[in-house]
Amino acid sequence: MLEIRNLHVAIGGTEILKGVDLTVNAGEVHAIMGPNGSGKSTLTNVLAGNPAYQVTAGEVRYQGADLLAMPPEIRAREGLFLAFQYPVELPGVRNREFLRTAVNAIRQHRSLDPMELKDFNKLLQEKIKLMKMDSSLVKRSVNEGFSGGEKKRNEMLQMAVLEPRLALLDETDSGLDIDALKTVAEGVNQLKRPDNAIVIVTHYQRMLNYIIPDFVHVLIDGRIVRSGGRELALELESQGYEGIRGDVAATAGAEAGG
Amino acid sequence: MSPTATRASDYQAQFEAFESGLSLNGSGWLHQHRKAALARFQELGFPTARRGNEAWKYTNVAPIARGAFTSAANGQEPSVTPADVRRLAPDARGWTRLVFVDGRFAGSLSSPPRNDGVRVANLAEAAATDRDLVERHLTRYAGYDDEAFTALNTAFLRDGAFIGLERGQTIDDAVHLVFVATGREATAANPRVLIVAREESRATIVESYVSLGDAARFTNAVTEIALEPGATVDHYRLALESPATYHVGLTRASLGRDATLTSASITLGAALVRHDLGVSLDGPGASCRLNGLYATRDRQHVDNHTFIDHASPHTTSRQYYKGVVDGESRAVFSGRVLVRPGAQHADAQQANRNLVLSQGAEVDTKPSLEIFADDVRCSHGATAGHLDEDAVFYLRSRGLDEDMARGVLVRGFVQEIIDTIGLNAVRAFTTRLFAASLAGA
Ligand SMILES: Nc1ncnc2c1ncn2[C@@H]1O[C@H](COP(=O)(O)OP(=O)(O)O)[C@@H](O)[C@H]1O
Ligand SMILES: [Mg+2]
Repeated sequence: MLEIRNLHVAIGGTEILKGVDLTVNAGEVHAIMGPNGSGKSTLTNVLAGNPAYQVTAGEVRYQGADLLAMPPEIRAREGLFLAFQYPVELPGVRNREFLRTAVNAIRQHRSLDPMELKDFNKLLQEKIKLMKMDSSLVKRSVNEGFSGGEKKRNEMLQMAVLEPRLALLDETDSGLDIDALKTVAEGVNQLKRPDNAIVIVTHYQRMLNYIIPDFVHVLIDGRIVRSGGRELALELESQGYEGIRGDVAATAGAEAGG
Repeated sequence: MSPTATRASDYQAQFEAFESGLSLNGSGWLHQHRKAALARFQELGFPTARRGNEAWKYTNVAPIARGAFTSAANGQEPSVTPADVRRLAPDARGWTRLVFVDGRFAGSLSSPPRNDGVRVANLAEAAATDRDLVERHLTRYAGYDDEAFTALNTAFLRDGAFIGLERGQTIDDAVHLVFVATGREATAANPRVLIVAREESRATIVESYVSLGDAARFTNAVTEIALEPGATVDHYRLALESPATYHVGLTRASLGRDATLTSASITLGAALVRHDLGVSLDGPGASCRLNGLYATRDRQHVDNHTFIDHASPHTTSRQYYKGVVDGESRAVFSGRVLVRPGAQHADAQQANRNLVLSQGAEVDTKPSLEIFADDVRCSHGATAGHLDEDAVFYLRSRGLDEDMARGVLVRGFVQEIIDTIGLNAVRAFTTRLFAASLAGA
């Protein structure tokens, strides 16, 4: 579904990602973990097409096509979804109308008629229930004045409504209390199907107790330094990133010496 | 011979022709005002940016001076249909409607108040039938000593709207004043509105300035509003004329004790719109809330001047103007708040926010506070910014293409003011109008 090869990304001339390789297949759940500033959000933003980031080398294929050549809206219409770490506030843009516009833009891309208002409202109600969200939030301006947790839930609501093929969750867990975390995890688990995939970015393993990853990758300083199964998250929990960093340095030293 | 002299004599000749066509029955006093106002206009001339004239620094009215606009001739049948009126301006069942075509009252298009006790009439008639009240108030709030355009309006004052609310009277449905400019080239209209709301009365009044066709037009409108103690008026002013129209408007309100004025000034479409809105909070406890919304494009020019005079203690003013500025257009906002000595506990807030969509657009926003009392709460803020690119990306990441994303954000920007419009028909109309105008923004 997603193949990232040797991806280099810069912001304003500073290289942030320094050669990332990652393959995600349909039906899989991947977790990307790493300390603050290691480039996790840079990776998710580049995949979603944020024009603020410059890809300086590498390639990304999504469902066999060149992802980096697609404008962000085409990526979205092709089923890619990023739940932002810091969702922006959109004053005056009603949440419900915004979601409906998004649903219909995606449907049009797939040669489907716009969804009837009645059907859309039904779908929305269903997903609001699924995410145990305060239904008044959809009548308000998108994210405006929402608490941190409400913003995260709103991202999850959007994900539930848009039903992406590839969902990227950027620190959706931070700012959520344990009940909210469980609800969000349930929502994500309901989305899991053999034909879609989920990439969870987090720096705690807490979220991974509820959404069990098939693979865990550790991103440090713009590189994936280790990949493994679920047990890697537990190892990180006990040793911290310093432990992993030490390992990596030792490995690099051994290679250089050998 | 200087061009100024030519114009002065033009206006003199026009004035004589205009006055000779009027019947003076019962309104001889008005004749005195007209004559004095014309003389004053001849002395003042059209304002220019020169002579250190701050109030007209950013707004060039030379095209109006050059335009040789003349008042509509007498006795022309309006070429406007009721359907035109309903299409061009907001409308709702139950509204009282006075329609003016090229400055002249069009009785056949108007619908009188359903309730006999409500005095809503053509000002030309009211000058005779309600002479005492009209004479007492007309020109009192919008004097013609300093304002050339008001002098010009007063010199050519004939038809207009008079709304007189009795003590304690409430008009539930809105009173709608529709000023239609038709297709005749180089026509000027000088409509006048006088609203007198006696103690504890209450009304909603909509003024709509619209055009049929796209001939070059000049509208020079003056509105005076007197609110006696405890009166409440919601006032909507929609300047929606064609791109070839020059519109100069002046609204003056005086508020007595505990009176409340809510005003929304909506501007879209004309080549030039200048609106001066002056509110004098004359009695303790008087309060006003002034909202404004404008969108400009091409080479349009919109200039909102507001002046709030906190002349009494415990007075409150709230101002919020927002605009979207595109193309090579220019938006001017000048908001002056004066808190006079002794006006303790005055509470004034003012904000002007502009969304600039193009390189060529220009915003000049100038809030000013002049405070001569010490126990007051005053704040002001002005911004001119571009669309938030993170927000554009956020919307695109949900499947909206770039144009859609920008349109959604621009409409979101204006929504905040639209949401303050309490009158459903005006809110719906404004929403549609701005959605259509900003669709491609
Ligand atoms: N807009 C930006 N401009 C400049 N530097 C940035 C910007 N965004 C992120 N960075 C830098 O890029 C690095 C990686 O950031 P980020 O991808 O947000 O990390 P993470 O999500 O792993 O915490 C950090 O050093 C951060 O300071
Ligand atoms: Mg991050």
